[in-house]
Amino acid sequence: MLDIKNLYKAFDGKEVLHDINAVFEPGKVNMIIGQSGSGKTVLLKCIVGLHFPDKGEVLYDNRNFMKMNKKEVKMLRREQGMLFQGSALFDSMTVLENVMFPLNMFSTDKPKKRMERAMFCLERVNLKGAEDKYPSEVSGGMQKRVAIARAIALNPKYLFCDEPNSGLDPKTSLVIDALVQDITREYNMTTVVNTHDMNSVMGIGDHIVFINQGIKEWEGSKEGIFTSVNKNLNDFVFASDLFKEVKNTHLNNLEG
Amino acid sequence: MNSLYHLGEYILLMKKVFSIPERWNIFFKQVIDEINKLVINSIWIVVIISLFIGAVISMQVTLNIVSPLLPKYAVGFTTRETLLLEFSSSIMCLILAGKVGSNIASEIGSMRVTEQIDALDIIGVNSASYLILPKITSLVLFIPVLVSFSMIAGLIGGYLLASFSDMLSLSTYIYGIQYDFKIGYIWYSMKKSLVFAFIITSVSSYYGYSVKGGALDVGKASTNSVVMSSILILLADVVLTQLMLN
Repeated sequence: MLDIKNLYKAFDGKEVLHDINAVFEPGKVNMIIGQSGSGKTVLLKCIVGLHFPDKGEVLYDNRNFMKMNKKEVKMLRREQGMLFQGSALFDSMTVLENVMFPLNMFSTDKPKKRMERAMFCLERVNLKGAEDKYPSEVSGGMQKRVAIARAIALNPKYLFCDEPNSGLDPKTSLVIDALVQDITREYNMTTVVNTHDMNSVMGIGDHIVFINQGIKEWEGSKEGIFTSVNKNLNDFVFASDLFKEVKNTHLNNLEG
Repeated sequence: MNSLYHLGEYILLMKKVFSIPERWNIFFKQVIDEINKLVINSIWIVVIISLFIGAVISMQVTLNIVSPLLPKYAVGFTTRETLLLEFSSSIMCLILAGKVGSNIASEIGSMRVTEQIDALDIIGVNSASYLILPKITSLVLFIPVLVSFSMIAGLIGGYLLASFSDMLSLSTYIYGIQYDFKIGYIWYSMKKSLVFAFIITSVSSYYGYSVKGGALDVGKASTNSVVMSSILILLADVVLTQLMLN
């Protein structure tokens, strides 16, 4: 379980996050949603430790990340997996080498076992046969899948995804969403997904946190979004005519 | 204030860089790769430039020293002293700051803007040490090889001029390059180059590692790294010459 308590972050005196509190449970796809520039990426980076919050606590199963020493942080890193917005694959390495990388650095298994694990992860994301290709030789969707395989190579307890569907077509987005959901359930991971893709939210979101201008304005289930009276949330989620129609249909069904 | 900020950040980065590698076998593999990228791939440019500069120095000295009081072998002597004392270490390292330095800054800078460095940190790797230490190690260890190539190529440049032109005789040139030879000058040059190699790799890495923004900023970092490395090399040259030759 991941517990965020009273988190504050400012850059050059400008407050980006203000008193954020949230609990992310294992086995669930937890989603942080909000407009571009709302502070969700900063929040995710504070959670994983790429930014250091000015105030507040990030508790990984009651272990305070802010108070960990170098050794403890290093141990925690092995429990974290992250899928970056641009995949962040190492250009100079092949697909297989990318997935092998965390194993080569930290696994105590023999090389054969490490290779088997990497191949298993690649198979899990349906990328068997692409091992020898370089990231520049595979599509955006495949790059995301390689990044997922690399993220799960060390069997993490926490999976973080920063806008996993950005730059992908709707069909490939569904594949990535399904993969994130399946892996979360399969390994009982605590997954936190940062997104503004409402298809993803409605498709795989179990627990939603809405951030607006650095403030957590709403949290709940995806069903709760339809009945929420929060104006900013409604303006954000139901900005398009399509989603307005979906909302009306949903509410009519509830009334019916 | 800005300079002090950069100095502080540079020192903090170096503190992170000089730590024990996670896996020695991976570190050695990286060092071999960097030797190939930074040293072996620079040999051709070092040799070509040195060959021509050696020939040009000999030509300039022949054409400009017209005093009958100066012996003819002064051409070979001056060519050798210029190459050994300044060109093959300092000027060659300035050229390498352009070639190797910009390469390092843009490589690490691109990794920064594409979040590859963040990915290393999340995996639990000390990204600064993983990326920068092999570069520093390989260039500092192998810069003497490049300096030696430069010295030899420069002297061959003068030799070729003497062989294929009637500006000076080959025997006088050979006598000149052997005249009053001090082996200490070679060590002086090598020692200087070690410091310059450290400046090139560490300063360029710092500029690449601290990139914020996008492709434009990577370009700026690359340019800044070359400018700053060059200034620091010249500054170190003055200090080291004062310390070692005085």
